Formats: sequence, C-alpha cells, structure tokens
Amino acid sequence: MPQDDLKKTPLYDAHVAAGARMVPFAGYSMPVQYRDGVLKEHLWTRESAGLFDVSHMGQARLRGVSPLSAFEDIVPGDFISLPAGRQKYSVLLNRKGGIIDDLMASRPDDDGLFVIVNGACKDGDYALMADELAPQVTIDRLEDRALLALQGPKAVEVLKAHIPECAGKVFMDSWATTGFGVDVLISRSGYTGEDGYEISVPAAAATRIWNTLLADERVRPIGLGARDSLRLEAGLPLYGHDVDETVSPVEAALTFAVSKKRREAQDFPGAARIVKELAEGPSRVRVGLRVLSGPPAREGAEIADPNGKVVGVVTSGGFAPSLGCPIAMGFVPPALSAVGTKLNVIVRGRAGAAEVVAMPFVPNRYVRKV
Amino acid sequence: MRFTKDHEWVELAGDIATVGITAYAAEQLGDVVFVEVPDVGKTLTQGDGMAVVESVKAASDVYAPVSGEVVEANAALGDAPETVNAAPEAGGWFAKIKVSDPSQVEALMDRAAYEAFLSTL
Repeated sequence: MPQDDLKKTPLYDAHVAAGARMVPFAGYSMPVQYRDGVLKEHLWTRESAGLFDVSHMGQARLRGVSPLSAFEDIVPGDFISLPAGRQKYSVLLNRKGGIIDDLMASRPDDDGLFVIVNGACKDGDYALMADELAPQVTIDRLEDRALLALQGPKAVEVLKAHIPECAGKVFMDSWATTGFGVDVLISRSGYTGEDGYEISVPAAAATRIWNTLLADERVRPIGLGARDSLRLEAGLPLYGHDVDETVSPVEAALTFAVSKKRREAQDFPGAARIVKELAEGPSRVRVGLRVLSGPPAREGAEIADPNGKVVGVVTSGGFAPSLGCPIAMGFVPPALSAVGTKLNVIVRGRAGAAEVVAMPFVPNRYVRKV
Repeated sequence: MRFTKDHEWVELAGDIATVGITAYAAEQLGDVVFVEVPDVGKTLTQGDGMAVVESVKAASDVYAPVSGEVVEANAALGDAPETVNAAPEAGGWFAKIKVSDPSQVEALMDRAAYEAFLSTL
C-alpha cells in the first residue's frame, strides 16, 4: 500500500516528533519503534511503564434490545451474565468454528456492550455483527476515539495521579470515568502480560493525554515491535498469525473462551466442531516452544519431531528479550504437545533443538486482588 | 574501506578481505540478538547470501560483497551479537574472505560515495 493511502491515528504527529520509525500496519502508519529500539522498549515496559498507541484497533458500542444476549449469537462465551464494570476476552466464530477475530468486550457502564477488535479485522467484524445482530442491535463505531495502553509495573502509580480510582480496580475491570478532563473508557488489562490499562479517550484529547503521560519519567513510548515481543512472552496469540479463520478456539488453546454453559447448549457458530474437539481432542494445538540452540524460529518455520518428520509449523516466534533466548508459538499434534516434549525447529534448512514449554513464557503480573 | 549498496563493508589487506555491515545497517536493524556467520572453507560468489543477522523483530540476509573463500568467521559474535551494534565497522566483522578477484573491491564505493548514497535514501 502506498504510504499516502495509509490512515493515521490522532497521535501520528506525536510519534514522528518522538523519532518513531513508522511502518504500515493494519492499514495505518504506525510506530514500530522509537529511538530506544525494540529491545530497550521491551525491557522498559517490564520494569517501569510503557505507553502504546493502539488507536488502529476498532472501538464500537453495541446498543439496542438486549445487546448482551444478542452478542452470544456470534461468540462462545457468557455475556448475558457479564456484570457492569467487567471485561471479557472472546472470539468471533464462523460456522465452521474458526476464529474470525479475537476481541475484548466490556460493560464500562450501562450503555450496551463496548467492544475492542483488531485493526486489520475491524471492517469485516462490524459487517458481520451488523448482519447477525441487526435490527435488534446497532453497531456504533467510535471513530472519534483514540486508544492508549499504559503497561508495566509502574502503570498504576503513574495513572493514579490522573484517574485515582484505577488503583482500586483489578484485572479485567472496565469502567467509564472522567480523567485528564475528558470522558474516558478504561480497563485494567492489556497485551503485554503486565499490569496496566487500556484507555479510550476522545481523539481531540489524545495528543495532550499522550504527552501528559510521557512527561512522567517512569513512562516511555513503546512501538509495535516491542508490543509483539511482549505479547509473545506473555503467551498471547496474535490474530492473523497464530489464529485465523481455520483455527478453532480449542486448537488455539483458548478453550477458556468457550463457557461451560455454552458448551452444553451448543448454541454458538461452529459448536458441532468445537464440542467434538473438546470431547475427542483437536488434530493440532497451539503450544509454546523454547528454542534451545541456534537462531530464532520465526513465523513459517517447520517444526519436526526428533526423527526429522515435519509435525507442525511456527506461527510466531522471535527473540525473547526478558529471557535472553528465542521462543516461539506453533501448532503440533496433541501427542507432541506435552510440556517437556523435545522437538526441532527448522531454520534455513538446519534443525535447532526446541522444547515444549508452558505459556506464558514470562509469568504474567495481572493484579487480581487489591 | 569500501562499501556496497546493501550496506556491507570490505577492508582489503593483501588478498584477505574482512567484511561486515555498516554502522548505518546496524542502526537500521536495531539490537542484534543473533548472527549466523559463514562456515570456514565456504566458497562465495559476490552477491551470495553470506550470513544472517537477526534483530528482535526480523532476520536479514548479509550478502558477500566480494567473491572468494571464507578463511575465518567471527566466532565471538555467537556469544556477543551486540558487538555488531557496538562496533559494526570494527569488532563486529563477520568474516574474512580470500578474494578471488581484487578488482571487485576496487569497484565498490569509497566512503565518500557511500555517504553520498546514504543521503539519497
């Protein structure tokens, strides 16, 4: 896509001013890194607080008659019972039980359901929601809002100065409030494995809020490069890479997103396949791999058993800055998915030793109690 | 020292060329976390993939700036790939090549030409 056709987030000028290297991502010109570079940005987020612009992601309100109930038609989780003030991870499913997108859905207030979807998928997601849920429910795209993520162990101390109640919230709480002098939709969650917040703000206030947060010496801007290495270490799948329309939640090791009640009712798209996979096991499953020798195994690298037989493929991988070694995610048959299983990853024609390890690779630090 | 448009450098001493990537390339790559240097004894043709340098985010090929036989590889990069960032045009060298055609070196850009080239990027 020519650079001129790329969309810009409200923070584009702030990124350029901060020395960001801008790259095309999900149809937007986005910062892949700032002057510090991916490695330092990654480690800074783990030790202090990183600020991310994720305004390319889709934000929408689902409003109308019983939006929570209607939403259950397209996802396998419990949403009728979602309390106000809480957020839940889920997946949009096709009729074959494949994942169309993954998302966060929350009730920051009593105004229907607030959803955040992947930037590259948002147009398709909204079209699907409109097809499946209209006329009972309307999809209101919140195009006039930016989305910031403040992540890391010091995020709470930083944000407390602006939104005092944030310290009293726990992981996956979601609420509407006033902060920085504007209306804010906020959750205590993120995509790094760290404690932190995702903060939806009016586009017109985004740059001011961005600069206010960066004025705190504990906060540095973090690009998409480190966002990717952070989420990889956290064991979190990336849509379009680890998960796509052929992959079921069972295969993706996202079974937690399929609620017990919904399994029994089998009342979601692709339920037949998903219930069968839950009972009999899937043909492949997403695992974490630690590469014990050689170069990082990246997306597309083959996974082989010790006899050299190709048994799977890496869907994302790279160097893990917090661990100092390469790690990867990929799909293998369930028989080879147990922690400790010895496998090889094939990089540039050479086999490197790897081992199945538990995910997250780096322990998450979500705050579940205050 | 001579330079290629792919941002490799060559320093010729006798018929042995020490090769590496330029400071510009190292800066563009970001933090180097892994380097795959060529095997000693390997015969390279100018433009062949010679080595691979990996940042956190991506793997990039390094091309042989001259033809010849690899007579030494910088094994120290195995334990200290960050040397490529710290000293790209010194301790971060990748390999020493016994050149088969020294005129290939002469044909590469000198520093002034390379810097002029960089200014067009």
